[in-house]
Amino acid sequence: MEGLTIRYGDLVAVRDVSFIAEAGSVTAVLGPNGAGKTSTIEACEGYVRPTAGTVRVLGLDPAAEQVRLSERMGVMLQDGGLTPSARVRDTVRHYCRLYGRGVDADALVAQVGLADRARSTWRRLSGGERQRLSLALALAARPEVAFLDEPTSGVDVHGRDTIRGIVRSLAAEGCAVILATHELDEAERIADRVVIFDQGEVIADGTLAELRRGHDEIRFHSSPDIDLRAMAEAIGFVVSRVGAGEYVVDAPPHPKLMATLAGWLGDHGHPLHDVRAGAQRLEDVFRRLTAREDRA
Amino acid sequence: MSRLLAQVRAELGLVARNGEQLLLTLGIPVMLLVFFSLVDVLPTGTDDPIDFLAPGVLALAVMSTAMVSLGIATGFERSYQVLKRLGATPLGRGRLVVAKIVAVAVVELVQMAVLVPIAYALGWRPDPANWLLAAGGVLLGTAAFAGIGLTLAGRLRGEINLAAQNGLYLVLLLLGGMVVPIDELPGPLRSVARLLPSGALADVLRDALGGLGDRPATSWIVLTAWAVASPLVARSLFRFHERR
Repeated sequence: MEGLTIRYGDLVAVRDVSFIAEAGSVTAVLGPNGAGKTSTIEACEGYVRPTAGTVRVLGLDPAAEQVRLSERMGVMLQDGGLTPSARVRDTVRHYCRLYGRGVDADALVAQVGLADRARSTWRRLSGGERQRLSLALALAARPEVAFLDEPTSGVDVHGRDTIRGIVRSLAAEGCAVILATHELDEAERIADRVVIFDQGEVIADGTLAELRRGHDEIRFHSSPDIDLRAMAEAIGFVVSRVGAGEYVVDAPPHPKLMATLAGWLGDHGHPLHDVRAGAQRLEDVFRRLTAREDRA
Repeated sequence: MSRLLAQVRAELGLVARNGEQLLLTLGIPVMLLVFFSLVDVLPTGTDDPIDFLAPGVLALAVMSTAMVSLGIATGFERSYQVLKRLGATPLGRGRLVVAKIVAVAVVELVQMAVLVPIAYALGWRPDPANWLLAAGGVLLGTAAFAGIGLTLAGRLRGEINLAAQNGLYLVLLLLGGMVVPIDELPGPLRSVARLLPSGALADVLRDALGGLGDRPATSWIVLTAWAVASPLVARSLFRFHERR
């Protein structure tokens, strides 16, 4: 997409957004609530007509050619898009017929781990089972591009593994997977590329390594009452308390610095636990980029 | 074509599995037809109440299916984002709408296949019996009521739409000349009732099936106006998904 802008009346939901999601990769779209993620994805799916700019999905204009695009596009809505009385197997069969891509409905139900719930209705499924059924409907398209909204939200550990495996398989088969999520840990695990939205704009776009570059840190746990100023003077870097007994030193994890840090803690009778040194977690990258004061 | 048929089958499956819709589309019309034919308490103005009731209940059946049943189901599908989800399949919005129309037509055929024999069993012998003209009335009535039902379904949230459709059903049932003759209503209400699609459809059907129409020419004009205007309004106002 190039220069995408979406307005709802006076509200500018998306402003001059440009990015590319490559075939054969997983692109995670992140952002706080109201950041413009959903509007952007809906423009790609053909639900929303751009106010300005250009969107092309598989070379097609989604708003003008939604039916043609939908033959090759898988969509997973966050809220499912099913009536409470819809049965698992019947619904998957119905969507397989609608897409007409030769997908075996029973095999698909088994693939998402719902074979033993095939006769259950939507209202009787757990949150995680609903997500898996919703994913199955996206897979019924045998998609070349898939838009997945919060695919692991409310899913248990085993279900997450199943969904991650399916998403990675999709990408491995050449599908362009676009994943909207609030779960940064999830994005960190399966995304090849991350696009971060805030206030209707893209504020970061790149691989995880690119987004983390230049933001190394040392993170550790210790006593909750450390004298931060004294410690910072001793090691020569700013130290921040980020939780109860959790600290971050905003510096590259050089062995000498690590030794100085450990020595200072030992000299002052503080323990040292859970040391993690290296690139920032995606969560910290996200916090840094979306923090209002940092962007002023 | 196979996608359209798949969706028609799904739509009919939903109706068949939904007890409330079956009650609305078949149960209530059959009960009203049988009860008021056997218990002569309505001021129908005819020798046999069935002569007045049978065309009125056929009109009620059309309203039940095309407006209330279609409107409530579509409203909830919109709230649950079913329409949005189906809109992103190769079915497309156009075929989705056609599938709903076909499903309504099939349900109406089933209603007629049930109600007409019951009416005959209760002694109804329409003369003249211009079934082709009646079918034209049913077609116009279906368009008129579907437009109203979809207008409400396409703008209101699921539960509010449910209440609105049921409320409107009750108002049109009582004031629409289907079961209670319009002439029995108080003056101002009578004038309004003659402009309603329910009254017009019932009158058109009474004229075509038994020659008991009150003001058939006016009713045809009123019904045609509703059949043209309400789908246009629905087309203009309907929103396939609620913005959250």
